[in-house]
Amino acid sequence: MDIFAQQVINGLVLGSVYALVALGYTMVYGILGLINFAHGEVVMIGAMIALAVVSALLAVSPDMSPFTLILIASAAAILVCVFLAFLMERLAYRPLRNAPRLAPLITAIGISILLQNIAMIIWGRKYKMVPQIFPTETHEIFGASITSVQLFIVAISGVLMVGLLLVVHFTKLGRAMRATSESQRVAGLMGINVNKIISVTFMIGAALGAVAGILVAGNYSVAHYSMGFMLGLKAFTAAVLGGIGNLGGAVLGGLLLGLIESIGAGYIGNLTGGFLGSNYQDVFAFVVLIVVLVFRPTGIMGERVSERA
Amino acid sequence: MALLNLREINKKFGGIHALNKVSLTIGGGEIYGLIGPNGAGKTTLFNVITGVYLPSSGDVEFNGKSLIGRKPYQVAMMGIARTFQNIRLFQNMTALENVMIGTHAKTSAGPLGAIFNTKSTRSEERLIRSQSRDWLEYVGISSQIDYLAKNLSYGDQRRLEIARALATQPKLLALDEPAAGMNATETDELKLLIQRIRSDGVSILLIEHDVKLIMNLCDRVAVLDYGQKIAEDIPSLVRQDPKVIQAYLGGDLP
Repeated sequence: MDIFAQQVINGLVLGSVYALVALGYTMVYGILGLINFAHGEVVMIGAMIALAVVSALLAVSPDMSPFTLILIASAAAILVCVFLAFLMERLAYRPLRNAPRLAPLITAIGISILLQNIAMIIWGRKYKMVPQIFPTETHEIFGASITSVQLFIVAISGVLMVGLLLVVHFTKLGRAMRATSESQRVAGLMGINVNKIISVTFMIGAALGAVAGILVAGNYSVAHYSMGFMLGLKAFTAAVLGGIGNLGGAVLGGLLLGLIESIGAGYIGNLTGGFLGSNYQDVFAFVVLIVVLVFRPTGIMGERVSERA
Repeated sequence: MALLNLREINKKFGGIHALNKVSLTIGGGEIYGLIGPNGAGKTTLFNVITGVYLPSSGDVEFNGKSLIGRKPYQVAMMGIARTFQNIRLFQNMTALENVMIGTHAKTSAGPLGAIFNTKSTRSEERLIRSQSRDWLEYVGISSQIDYLAKNLSYGDQRRLEIARALATQPKLLALDEPAAGMNATETDELKLLIQRIRSDGVSILLIEHDVKLIMNLCDRVAVLDYGQKIAEDIPSLVRQDPKVIQAYLGGDLP
């Protein structure tokens, strides 16, 4: 098996998920200048809800077709996450809209901890196994293997990302979002209900996050109340790498970060003569974050950060 | 019948009395000028009318309905549009997209329609697009349709702001120093454009420092000084008013 090709494929799978989550960070940042650190927890809640629904449905009718199962579970997870994002924005962030920048940031961290603890109370501290809904088929590409679940992850992420870019660039909603991100005040004076647009932005980010959570849980066959923390941090890194506030940047940053991590983890053992192993995978993300912040704080495609930050 | 009716508007910022019992009415089809030295409260008055500021006291009535407590987007939907003293276009959007934003006040498709790309959304989108092209042509910049707003010339940016405001289909168009920074030719063209807008049935509230433009264009002129309306009349009488001369030139009244 070709190790390099295999790591590239693993990286793309991982990167697709990072990109999906990074979009949630970057959309909210673009429109409000807020880093919504609770976004990772929305992803976790999405995974947990989907898992709970799948388990409940399997208990009632074990013969249900896998596609119906995953459709119902995804719909439930997306609805819950969208509603959660709506509440979060309405109750926690909107009252702080005109507060100093640190206040909503601390609030975001607070919500993140709150959601983790609520999830822990509901679903417990143990790792939860995700039932194998789909038969695992392995395909061969370029001498590397990719499972059907991984293919599915890349495909779904790709479709959602392209869909989001189309909505943002070619629809009335997208124009309103871009106008609001340039100037809330002027957008309001032109007849745009700015509060509604901000609310919808949070909700779209949460829907993408819910899907990402389901994909991650499906890929690793495990879910946990703290799974959103590291994933969220990595996705945030991806958003910064691509240029936070920039949608294309989030996609690029996510894929790049996935590739860097995966290829780095694949070769670090050989390069250091076995001194560092692939368990240092997580280190790469944060080395990348530090390097980007030092040498190009606006990220690869970012321009507006300097004006906003 | 009065289209816009301000009654005893007061606006205080801490100890500063930015607007002091300002009352005025603008009729349908009227071009109403608002002049006064810098800091007299003209832009504050604009902000009160468009819902950006809540007045400390007094009432703003538009088309028979009070505007007090309404959000800027609601005021825009009711039919008041404005431009800005310092141009405030959406810089990273094209000229056409800027105008399309203006149409939001009068269109109905919601977020779900956009996400699921429904048939009604698509037909509305086509309508918005063709209307917006028409507005760009109306103000005379249809050749700039796909340029980013930030890449337009200064005069064209001013025109684009007017097109964006007109796209909200206002009954009252409030122009905040539209001729600022324009040369004589551009100002003449602007004058023709404003007259055309009025003849198409839109009332105009005009803040301007170009006294010649105000005198040529306006049906009535009000003068603000230190937050108070010190004069209001037809242009030829306002320019002879000693209080106005004093406000502009300084010195004591005889």
